[in-house]
Order: sequence, then structure tokens, then C-alpha cells
Amino acid sequence: MFESLSDKLDRSFKILKGHGHITEINVAETLKEVRKALLDADVSFKIAKQFTEQVKEEALGQNVLNAVSPGQLMIKIVHESLTELMGGEHEEINLKGNPAIILIAGLQGSGKTTFAAKLANYLKQKKGKQPLLVAGDVYRPAAVNQLQVLGEQIGVEVYTEEGSKQPVKIAKHSVKHAIERGYDVVIVDTAGRLAIDEEMMDEISNIKKTLNPQETLFVVDSMTGQDAVNTAKAFHDRLDYDGVVLTKLDGDTRGGAALTVRSVVEKPIKFVGIGEKIDALDVFYPKRMSDRILGMGDIVSLVEKAQEQFDVDEAKKLQRKIAKNQFNFNDFLTQIKQIKKMGNVKDLMGMIPGMGKALKDMDIDDDAFKEIEAIIFSMTPDERENPKILNGSRRRRIAIGSGSEIQEVNRLIKQFEETRKMMRMMTTGGGKNAMKMMHRLKGMQPR
Amino acid sequence: MALFNVFSKKKKDKLEEGLQKTKQSVFAKLSKAVVGKSKVDEEVLDNLEEILVTSDVGVSTTLKIIERIEARVAKDKYLGTAELNQILKDEIAALLAETDKGKTLGFDFPKRDVPYVIMVVGVNGVGKTTTIGKLAYQFKAAGKKVLLGAADTFRAAAVDQLMIWAERVDVPVVSQGMGADPASVAFDTLKSAVANGSDVVIIDTAGRLHNKVNLMKELTKIKNVMQKVIPDAPHEILLILDASTGQNAIEQATQFTAATEVNALALTKLDGTAKGGVAIGISEQFKVPVKYIGIGEGKEDLQIFDKFEFVDSLFDA
Repeated sequence: MFESLSDKLDRSFKILKGHGHITEINVAETLKEVRKALLDADVSFKIAKQFTEQVKEEALGQNVLNAVSPGQLMIKIVHESLTELMGGEHEEINLKGNPAIILIAGLQGSGKTTFAAKLANYLKQKKGKQPLLVAGDVYRPAAVNQLQVLGEQIGVEVYTEEGSKQPVKIAKHSVKHAIERGYDVVIVDTAGRLAIDEEMMDEISNIKKTLNPQETLFVVDSMTGQDAVNTAKAFHDRLDYDGVVLTKLDGDTRGGAALTVRSVVEKPIKFVGIGEKIDALDVFYPKRMSDRILGMGDIVSLVEKAQEQFDVDEAKKLQRKIAKNQFNFNDFLTQIKQIKKMGNVKDLMGMIPGMGKALKDMDIDDDAFKEIEAIIFSMTPDERENPKILNGSRRRRIAIGSGSEIQEVNRLIKQFEETRKMMRMMTTGGGKNAMKMMHRLKGMQPR
Repeated sequence: MALFNVFSKKKKDKLEEGLQKTKQSVFAKLSKAVVGKSKVDEEVLDNLEEILVTSDVGVSTTLKIIERIEARVAKDKYLGTAELNQILKDEIAALLAETDKGKTLGFDFPKRDVPYVIMVVGVNGVGKTTTIGKLAYQFKAAGKKVLLGAADTFRAAAVDQLMIWAERVDVPVVSQGMGADPASVAFDTLKSAVANGSDVVIIDTAGRLHNKVNLMKELTKIKNVMQKVIPDAPHEILLILDASTGQNAIEQATQFTAATEVNALALTKLDGTAKGGVAIGISEQFKVPVKYIGIGEGKEDLQIFDKFEFVDSLFDA
């Protein structure tokens, strides 16, 4: 997600390496890089400036600590400051009230309608709620239709008033409808609008006054640039929203808008959109996000995601096998299957510390495993269990059988061996081995 | 719609008034820093940096602009603000690629034997379908026979959205409904355009994030399939950029260009507070001109890009 920003910070910290302690001079160079990295990541100009000032003060205050390397110290300071800027702990969505009313607002094309449907689906699936969706975008052609199609997909009713051009009334009526039908959450989608469009801003502020919602959520595209400051603030001035939704984070944007919005309006980011599929919605964890920014990976997310999909017994069995160095191609296949179940491979790998950078230019799509699978499928059961027996003639046969080149077979077997070694290190060794693993990973050639 | 436009015009005028003060102060700051000096000093450059970076021009393009100005000043020597402002605008404008035919072209193109095919691409939510509606309106008003192709068969109700636009501006549209193969829709559209003697065909495509390998491959396929009907189609691959997008737009341009050889840009949502400065770097890097700008939701709210106006607008507020 934030690979590029972490790359930049990484590089800037390298400048500090080789210096014994933080001085005004060497910190200035680094901060210049930090600032540039933040600006390249679309963090607001002013906030980037404030941020680097803040980091500088803290860094200079700590230059007595000769025990720690300056680079590590700076990482720590930048990381802490970023986390602070992103806003402490995760905040849940407020669903108190019957029905709880959620109003959704934002610019055109930020992804409000898609988010509305994802939220309805999330509340229904994960929170056991019975949501009602309300089609309040009466302006954009086919916006109502779009919500209806999505509502049908997830089995959630969509309240519409055909021919009505009065979103305030539609919103009001929808709540009555929800009470009559026993829905406990009402999610009101609205038209995209520019913050400087007075009439449209009046309209949404009237909708808010009429509904008195538990949650007003401001939806913002994670690719937004410097304008995020203006828009976030302008919407906040009129709506005093309770939370922010960051969309399209499955792209490769560095996502500085997250920092900007968070620090300008001091409202929590409650959800992130991570794909076009209806369940591609996640809650926002500030600490994880700043881990990510600094390339420290998002281990917690990865673990949680894995937990949702992995069979515990299976995992234990696997761990024993790895420890005994018995991990074979059958296990490899099972792993691939499980990874595929977990979703987008590149996203997943990006969560592993250090992998973000290694993967940046790698072309991984969901078909990435097809070739690997073909090769493994062309092995005999014996070969899969005992990769050691894979000699030249067996390899040639496998290449022919799977329709690949012998070099590809060789490469896979080599990568398999590497993986096996890495996994052993991961399960048996501590941090030192993990570091070794990183180096090995970096040396692995993307194909 | 007409009523809406009147309002937005008024609104803009009001906004202009409000901005006038800030605009003056920007130039006042710049001029104070340069009067009587023969070299652009730190203060000027800092101000300039802030203006450009907050307009999403980006750090590296900003540095490039600053270097150009320093070089120019060292050569010419300037006397006052007026010159500086002019130099500034010239240098920035020089980075923006020219359209091959210049701006006189308008919403017109030379008479041709086969339909002129425009394929519209971009990430999700930038305004592809809306821009197509407005383009269709302009071409039709210019007396062209327009045909639209609904090849966004993925996003919920995208086909309906294009249909409503087609009805609104009164042009025909070829559709196979939702879930159809987009390449097949494009193929059909071109076939139909050739058979009916259309002057211009505009193909809508689904929004896609540029890092989704398979979706980008699909775009290449759509393009290739069109060439089975008209060998040199699409003649124009129009990448739509949202003016509020930051530096990620560069990556968008890179990936879309790699997949489809983008040769024109449209910058949408310029009626908001976003400046769209990232387009400067993109236009320069890829030598692709910005052709159109979107400035509202009405059918008339599309204009031919004017680089000098655009550069001026960077310094508005």
C-alpha cells in the first residue's frame, strides 16, 4: 500500500547511518528526505512541514542516546509521530439508536455508493444487523440503479422514491420505512458534491439536520492529493462528520491523504475500501497503517486474515513438518490453495515486513500460481513427498508434462528449497534468523 | 440543467471575488521578494515551491520548474514582478505538451473515411462516463454523427448511466448489457459505426486501478479487438484524470500508457478547489497533451484545455 513512502524513508534513514549521533546537520539532510517523501505521498504541504519540525525537535532532544543507532532512533521517532498523527487506537462505528442512522457524504467519484453497499454487507454479515440502504443520490444518472443492483447482490433492501428529486424528504421517509419494517440500521447514500457548491452543501447539511444521524461518514479517495485539506475541512465545517472512510486503498497510492485528513479534522478513519468486491472492506488501524508506512509490515492484519482462513490443526501439522524439515511439495500446494483463498496475493505479501519493497516492481496477479501448480501437478506422488529424488531426467519429464521449460522447473525447485529453509528459520529461530531471511528474500529474483 | 449552470456561473464569480485577495497576496509576496534583485532568492523559491506543491505539481516537477526559472533569470536578468510572473508562466506552460493540431481544433477533427474512434480509460470514479456524455454532446453539436459503446459492463448500473447520457444528448449507444465481454461490445460498436457511417465512436470502459494486472490486460485486449474492424483504431486513447488526484496520477499514466498507448488526457472536476497540477508533470513526461477539462455535471461543462488559463489558475489562491 505505502511501499513507495517506506522506500523513501528507508533511503533517508540510510543517510543517517554511519553517524554516531544525531546532530543538527545530519538530521537536516534526513528531514529533507522525510519531507520530500511525505510530499511525494501527497501529505499536505503544511502538515509535512509541521511533521518534520516536530520530528526534528524530538530527534535533537534525544541525541544523548549514543547507545542506539541514529537511524533506528529516527525510525522510532518518525514512527511514533506518524502513529500519533493518524490518531491512536481504532474507533468503532457507533450503532447506538434504533434504528441507527448512518449518513454518507463526499466528493463525486470517491466511492460512496460502493462503500454504502459494503457497509450494509459488513453490518449484516459481521454484526448481525438488518440494514436498510437509502438511495439519496437523485442527480447522477443511474446512481439509484447502481445502489439497487448492489443491494440485490447482498440481499439488502434499498429504499428509493422514483421520480423524487428531494433527498431530504427521501431520507426522512426512509427512516419511517425502516421503523415500520423493523430495520435496525439505515445507511443513507448521497450524491457526490463539491465543497464549494453552496446549494449542494446546504442540501446535505439539511439532510443531516433532518436525520440527526449517529454517524456521518466522509468518504475520501485515498489517491487524493493536496486538495484533501480543503475538502476534508470544508465538509467538516458544514457537517461536523464523525468519521472518515478511505477508499481505493487496493491501488498503489502512497495514501498521504490519510495523514492529511486525519490531522486536519481530527476525526478517526473508521473504514478502508480495499477492492471492488463487496467484502473488500476493512476497519482502519492507525498503528498498523503507520507500521506500513515505515515498511514495518502489517503482521497483525496478516495474522487475522490468516486466522479467518486457516485450519488450526492443519497449521500445527504444518509447523511440525517445517520444524522437522519435512515440508514437501504437497504442503506447498496446500499453502498455495490457502493463500489463494485469502485474496489478492500481492496485498497479502505486502503485509509481510520487508516484502513491500521487494514486491514493488513484481508483477504478481492471481494467476501467478498457475504455472507453479502445473509443474507440481506433473510430479509423481513420490516426487512431491521427496523432492530430493528430483534428478535431471525427472525434471525433464516434469517440464514436458507441465508444458514449461526445464529452467522453470529448476527455478521452482530452487525456490522451494529456499522457502523451506526460510520457514525453518521462522519457526525455529528468533529475530536474528528473521533478518537473515529478509536478506534471502531480497536476493530472490522476481520473475 | 440550464438553471443549474446559471447558478454555478454565479457561484464561480463569487468565488473568484473571494479569491482575488489571496491571488494578489501570492503575487505581492513574490514581487516583494524579487524587486531590485537580479537573482531569484530563497524566499521566492520557497513561495513558488509552496504554490506549486499545494497545486499537486509534485516535488520533482517543481524542482524542474525552479531550475528552469533560475537558468532563465541568470540569462535574461529580470527587473520586476511582471517579468517574473511572465517567465514563470512561460516556463510552466512550456512543460505542457502541445496537441498535434493545436487548440483551434475544438471539438472537431478532419473528415475521414472511417469513424474516428476514441477509447476512454481511467481508474474508478474519475468521471469517464460523464466525460463521454459531454463529449458526445459537443461532437453532435459540431454536426458529427456520434455512436457510443457501453463497454463498462462491470460496475453496477454503468450501462444504464451511459444510456441515460445517450438519451440526454440524443446519440445512439451500442450495449450488450451488464456482464457482457467488453471487447465484444467494442467490436460490435465499431462494426455498427462502420455500417452506419458514424463520424466518431466513443468507447466507455470500466474503471480499473492501474496495478491490477489482469484488468490492464483486458484493456489491451479491448484495444486489439477493435483493430479487427478498423486497423488503426482506436485513434484516440483518452486517459481521464481526476483533478483532485495527487501524485498517484503519474503511476496511473505510466500503467495506462503501457497497456494502451494513451495519447490524450482529460482533467475532470476542475470546478472544485483542486488544481490538477499533477497533469503538468504527466504531460511533460509522457509527451501527451491535455485535451479537455471537465468543469461541472451539465452536458456543456466540458472545455478545450487552454494551457495558459490552466497555468494562471495555479496561482489563483
